[in-house]
Amino acid sequence: MLEHYLSLFIKSVFIENMALAFFLGMCTFLAVSKRVETAIGLGIAVVVVQAITVPVNNLIYHGILTKGALAWAGLPDVDLTFLGLITYIGVIASMVQILEMALDKFVPKLYNSLGIFLPLITVNCAILGGSLFMVERNYNFPDSVVFGLGSGAGFALAIIALAGIREKMKYSNVPPGLRGLGITFITVGLMAIAFMLFSGIQL
Amino acid sequence: MKLLRKFLDKQEHHFTTGKLKLWFPVFEMIDTILYSTGKVTKTGSHIRDALDLKRMMITVVFALVPTVFMALYNTGLQANLAIAHGAESTAWQAQLVRSLGIGFDPMNIWACMAHGALYFLPIYILTLAVGGIWEVLFAVIRKHDVAEGFLVTSLLIPLILPPQIPYWQAALGVTFGIVIGKEVFGGVGMNILNPALTTRAFLFFAYPAQISGDKVWVAVDSLSQPTALAQYADSLIDFTYTWKDAFFGFIPGSMGETSTLACLIGAFILIVTKIGSWRIMLSTLLGMVGMSLFFNLIGSETNPMFAVTPMWHLVLGGFAFGAVYMATDPVSATLTEKGKWVYGALIGILCVLVRVINPAFPEGMMLSILFMNVFAPIIDKVVINANVKRRLARNVQ
Repeated sequence: MLEHYLSLFIKSVFIENMALAFFLGMCTFLAVSKRVETAIGLGIAVVVVQAITVPVNNLIYHGILTKGALAWAGLPDVDLTFLGLITYIGVIASMVQILEMALDKFVPKLYNSLGIFLPLITVNCAILGGSLFMVERNYNFPDSVVFGLGSGAGFALAIIALAGIREKMKYSNVPPGLRGLGITFITVGLMAIAFMLFSGIQL
Repeated sequence: MKLLRKFLDKQEHHFTTGKLKLWFPVFEMIDTILYSTGKVTKTGSHIRDALDLKRMMITVVFALVPTVFMALYNTGLQANLAIAHGAESTAWQAQLVRSLGIGFDPMNIWACMAHGALYFLPIYILTLAVGGIWEVLFAVIRKHDVAEGFLVTSLLIPLILPPQIPYWQAALGVTFGIVIGKEVFGGVGMNILNPALTTRAFLFFAYPAQISGDKVWVAVDSLSQPTALAQYADSLIDFTYTWKDAFFGFIPGSMGETSTLACLIGAFILIVTKIGSWRIMLSTLLGMVGMSLFFNLIGSETNPMFAVTPMWHLVLGGFAFGAVYMATDPVSATLTEKGKWVYGALIGILCVLVRVINPAFPEGMMLSILFMNVFAPIIDKVVINANVKRRLARNVQ
């Protein structure tokens, strides 16, 4: 059993990396990777949000949305999966808000270090993508906890590596037309080639 | 020699002030290849040794000579062995060998060298030509010097390609490696990934049929003979090579990577001259040994790769070549001494990991090094931050 969770975790971190295998969450991935410190902050925020929203969405999906979930209320034929997208996004937005308030109240230090990133990643497609993958792959609740942690950690790993490279690239002499986002796109492409190291591993 | 110097001096004014000003980098390149550079350091210098980029790169080229020699010999040897066993080669190389009357005797070193050279040299010349055009183009337009690093890159690329690679693919790969892997970052010393490995990875993913599988490793067309590593992984094939064969490099594979002995000679040269980092080489080796012993310990009934001992991992595939010439690339590797241990160890671990548990690729050295190139800056950053913290704690009360 432990082996199953371990392989799911490794799979979601390396083999199915959100940023470099599926290219999800590119907007924040490219925009907030100029400095390693901020990248670490965003990475932690993604891990936390992902580890909360994916399991919560999992509970909602299995408890309310899926066909036959409302049998206890006398509605065995109702299939609410068409409400999936809007529900997940709503859950993500409200979870982030609650998390923000809770952090502000109880752990102000962490709140200050995460700062703007928490509200920013509400609309990060890697977060929504995580919930949609969870539905598509039929994860149960413990699976979804592991998957949420793993996919968040994979995104964090990728963005921290990119930030390290971009800090080193300050000393590069990039052609003027490519400076900024252009060279970052090329860098991300090269990183994705390197991440293909893990593609094909069967776990 | 004086005549040549006079001639160059006479021509110089054309390039510094005259009509051909744009082409100064080309003049500079020819001048510094023939003579030493005339540039002197203008700011405060802290020189302990007159080591410059040119000497460094030339030393690496010297360290590569044994592998080039083995590439020539082994490429021909494998082809001649196959022909001696009844395979038919219709390639132009074989026809040329036939018409010159050299013959295909696998016991004759010179026949093997000649046959191998006909495969190695065209790719090398092509790499030099195509890569050179891009280098000069960028040097002229971006007004930087043509750097000596290209000498090493252009020699590494044919060594890590299979002998039967189509020329147009080699040209395309070199273009990708030089332009996207290096020049868009500003040229030598500013790239993030090793350009030679970028070339190979690009070809590997773009045209897998010509750079992986069973048919490309021996220079006889349409002969199916997998690399020694792939044979080892496949339990259905009788493994016929001895450890000595693999150590000396008489096995099919990419042209220059088969001989561990040649790589060890190169490693000796690099370490003695302090060009290559012994920390990276040693830690890569340690990572590989540790990980393969770990897999030996676990064991598996279905996957024969679990039982491969460190001795075999060392001599099969591109491990030795990658550890000596690729992982130690001073630009894309980590710069801090502690970081080098981590960097090398992770390369060794990942390489064995991919060889053993990834069925998609038989060999993992190339991608492991690229993967660690990506993480090298962050390893450096962690080491430097730890140093800063320790010194602060020591000195600030």
